[in-house]
Parts: sequence; C-alpha cells; structure tokens
Amino acid sequence: MQEVNAAQRVVARKQSSEMGRRIWKNKWIYVMLLPGVLYFLVFKYIPMYGLIISFQNYKPFKGISGSEWVGFEHFQRLFTEPDFLNILSNTLILFGMNLLFYFPVPILLALMLNEVKGDLFKKTFQTIVYLPHFMSWVIIVSISFVMLTMDGGIINDIIEYFGFEKINFLLAPEWFRPTYILQVIWREAGWGTIIYLAAIASIDPGLYEAARMDGAGRIRQMWHITLPAIRSVIIVLLILKIGDVLELGFEHVYLLLNSMNRNVAEIIDTYVYTAGLKQGQFSYSAAIGLFKSFIGLALVMIVNRIAKKMGEEGVY
Amino acid sequence: MVEDKTLGGRMFGIINYLLLTIIGLITLIPFVHVVAGSFTTSAEMAAKKFVIIPTDWSIEAYRFIFSTNTIFKAMGVSIGTTLMGTIISMFITALMAYGLSRKDVDGRKVIMFLVVFTMLFHGGLVPTFLVVKELGMIDTYASLILPTAISAFNLIILKNFFQNIPEGLEESAKIDGCSDFGILFRIVLPLSMPAIATISLFYAVTYWNTYLSAILYLNESAKWPIQVLLRQIVVLASGMDVSADLDSVTPPPAQSIKMAVIVVATLPILCVYPFLQKHFAKGAMIGSIKG
Repeated sequence: MQEVNAAQRVVARKQSSEMGRRIWKNKWIYVMLLPGVLYFLVFKYIPMYGLIISFQNYKPFKGISGSEWVGFEHFQRLFTEPDFLNILSNTLILFGMNLLFYFPVPILLALMLNEVKGDLFKKTFQTIVYLPHFMSWVIIVSISFVMLTMDGGIINDIIEYFGFEKINFLLAPEWFRPTYILQVIWREAGWGTIIYLAAIASIDPGLYEAARMDGAGRIRQMWHITLPAIRSVIIVLLILKIGDVLELGFEHVYLLLNSMNRNVAEIIDTYVYTAGLKQGQFSYSAAIGLFKSFIGLALVMIVNRIAKKMGEEGVY
Repeated sequence: MVEDKTLGGRMFGIINYLLLTIIGLITLIPFVHVVAGSFTTSAEMAAKKFVIIPTDWSIEAYRFIFSTNTIFKAMGVSIGTTLMGTIISMFITALMAYGLSRKDVDGRKVIMFLVVFTMLFHGGLVPTFLVVKELGMIDTYASLILPTAISAFNLIILKNFFQNIPEGLEESAKIDGCSDFGILFRIVLPLSMPAIATISLFYAVTYWNTYLSAILYLNESAKWPIQVLLRQIVVLASGMDVSADLDSVTPPPAQSIKMAVIVVATLPILCVYPFLQKHFAKGAMIGSIKG
C-alpha cells in the first residue's frame, strides 16, 4: 500500500516538474499573452468586480472599500419605480419588434438570393446590401435624418407631392418604433444573410435533383429542402439573438432619442447612461446594468437548454 | 440551381429578380441621394427636390464646411485614433491569438474560457466608466482606444486562423534555433496576411466609427472625433458655429451642408470597403460557427 502511494508521489512530482519545465520553456509565449490578459482583466473583469457597487451607496471619493453597503435597496427601487417599468417595457417592445420584423428578413433574403443564377447579379447585390453594416449608427441615423426632416427632406417632399400632410417622423413618438426597426433592417439585413448563405451552400445538390425528379417546384424545394437544412443555423442564431434580449444598441437608440419621444424611446441602456453618468447615480444604474446582464445570460442558458431538448445542437 | 423551364419556375425567377433589384435600390438610393445632395447648388436643391443626379454641380457645401478648423480637427482626431488604435489592437490581438493557438501552452483553455465569458456577461457602462476614470483616462485620446483595444470576436477568428498553420513549419523553425517571437513574426504572421488584413480593416472601421467611447469619456468638444461632430451637426443641428465669421457669404442650405458632412464622415469607409469586402464573408464565418 505504502509502496503504491510512494510510486504515485513520484509520478506526481515528475508530472509537476514536467509541467514546470514546459511552462519555463514557453515563457516567451506567456510574455506574449500578457498584454491581452491584462486588457481583459482591467477592462472586462475589474468592471465585473465593480458591479458590487450595485449593493452599495457608492461614493466616488470613498471608493468601493469605503462605501456603505445597502444590500438589495437599489434592486427594490428598480421594481417599484414607474420610470423603470416603463423603460423595461420599451426595451421589451423593441426587442419583440426585432425578433418579429428583423429576424426573418435575412433568412428570406438568403432564400431569394439562393435562387439567383447570375453570378454578377448576385455579387453586385451582395456588395450593395453588405455596405450599410460598416457605417456607424451616427451615419445611418444622419442619413435618415436628412431624408425624413420636415424642411427639405426627400420623403416629406414626396409625401407632399402626392398631396398628403407632411409627417414629423423625427419628433412624433408614434414614429419612433417604425423608424427604429426600419433602420435596423436597412443596416443589418444584408449582412445577416452571410451565415445563411454559407449554410445553404453546404446542402447536397443531389437532394434538389431528387426533389425535381419527384416534380417539386422551386417553392416546394425551398420549403422541404433548403429550410430544413438551415434549421439548426436558424436556431443557433435565434438563441444568440434572444441572449442579446436587452442589447438593442445604445448608440442607435440614443441618437434617435429626444424630449418628444422619450416616453417610448428610453430603454435600459440609455437610462443607465443618463441616470448613472449624467445624474451621478452610479450604484442605482450599475444595479440596472447588472440586472440586464444577468437576464441576458440566464436567457441564453434557458433557450440553449430548450434547443438541446428539441434535439438541436445549441451554442455550447 | 439548375434551370427551371416551367412557366411557374420562370415567373418565380422574374419576380425574385425584380424584388431583389428593388431591395438593392432601396439600400443604395439613400447613399446616392446624400452624395448628390452634397454636390449641388442651393438653387437646385431648393428648386427640384428629388436630386439623384445633380445637373448643377457645386462644391460650395464642402468649401463651407472646410472654411473653419472644426471639421479638420475632428478628422485629425479620427484619423489619428484609427491609425494608432488599429496598430495597438492588431499588435496585442496577434500576440494573444498566437499564444492561445499553441497547443503546448498550459492554461490556454482557462484564458480562452475567460475571453469567451466576456462575450456573454459584462460589467456594463457604469463600472467600466469608473475604471477608465480611475486610470485617469478621461479627456485623453487613450480613452478612445484602450477600453476597446481587443475584440474577443476578432481574437477568436485570428486564433482559429493561426491554428490552421501546419505545426511542422513552426517545429522546424524551432529546431533551426528560432525563438517564439521569431516564429510569430517571421513565419506565422507572413503566412497569415489575408487574416491580418481583414482584421486590421475590421478594427480600422470600428475606430473610425467610434462614438460611444467619445461621448462617455471626452468632455472637451475640441477633442471630438468626426462621428460626434456629425451628430452635433445633423442630429442636433447645432455645432458648426461658422456663420459668425462668414457673415458676408450667403451660406448654402443647411441640407447640403449636412449631406457634405455625412459624406466626409463616410468616405474613408467607402475607400476601404472594396478591400474589406473581398475577405470578410469568410472571416465572419469562422467567427460565428464555433469550431
């Protein structure tokens, strides 16, 4: 018995010294990893640690160690404040619109593009629809502003030309959501097709051949071959999208936000910015941020589990 | 797709092409409209409103926006942060990606997990702001670069690319007495130029588009990059305090000035886009499908 233990110890020591030697041999690799690891520690993990100010009344001059602990006070405030409930519902509505109106568009576009035979047409089309993705939200929003404005905007000029009333797209609260979602579609729909096109490209052409022999038209082929074949990609992207439930893009909404449409346009991200950084309520808005990150993470895990139960691969 | 000669098939094809053409035009026309509008005279802009191709070319809007330092300054800031930022980001991303691609390195899985975890969960706006503030980076150009220096997504793409380089090449270099840095800079990087180029362009576009960092960390308007200035001029319709020293000149309509500023802020991206476009589809694929 003792002998066995001794032998194990020897093996263990040998292994650890081997590991030590391996680490020493790769010391320059660790030097290479250092700047990157430092980056993630400083700008990603220290802020995660900084989330504990959500349980404090954080005072900048006292720091995290000196500030007073208040437990779940900020979270309680969050769920009783009418402001926050309004913001949460605005956020969820925009998210729902994303899922309903944006999510299917790249799939449809990819299906349509797949039916195109001309290579030149396809390439030209792709070059054009990928382009907006590389423009900042400021550029996208600015372009829509010069087109939608009441004085001299081309859209209102057209509306007027046909004898209708001009519409105040930029200030009217009821136009905020349509404007928002159309901008999302305009900027991202083309880019979103890439991954579906790649999935479609890997489908065995024999399947289409067989379907044609059986007399299936193009719509039927799409329905019975292409769609089922990219099903798992659709599900993975849906999971990722749902995980981003509260990530609607601070920049985009912030740029569209004004005093007239605040009631429908204020979302969690913009609220965290104004309440936290503009009004100095660090702890309260950090609590909102934590709530948001946590919901996102939880949703990915739940949806991923559901997907696995349905026999799909999931994202992890 | 094999040709479908039936009537239904043909109709389908025609409608499909038609719809795609319309979608393409809808995507493209706003850009064309803005560019055309920026090059037209105030008279033409006022007379006929649907300018797609200006008949009366003019650069008065551009002359106007470049008549003060504001735009030059903002362009300078954006160009500077784009160049510096891309170099810094590329350098530390490449070092880290290479380290993580080496299968004989202990702890690489842990680091990789920590990197991926930051894509799922993060501290958020306020705690990040406090870190940047504690580091004394408020109102410095470093705040436009360092807090977003590495994109986890780009790192993973590059790491996967490095992993596909045959290990034999590195081993033989090592036998010849090449150091780890030597292997990276003399063998791995030269073999990875397509990936390096793509990711550099991704970083460059991100830095050129920087807006959030600027409004979070820069209080002094003199340090604003072009995107923030663009918002001032178009979205808030203020900024551009140039009318005072240009009293004698009749300013062109605000609309064409706004369009000219949009064009100026977009132009660099349009210039790199053809290069970008060659590679990104593949790059985006490696990143999104986990291997």
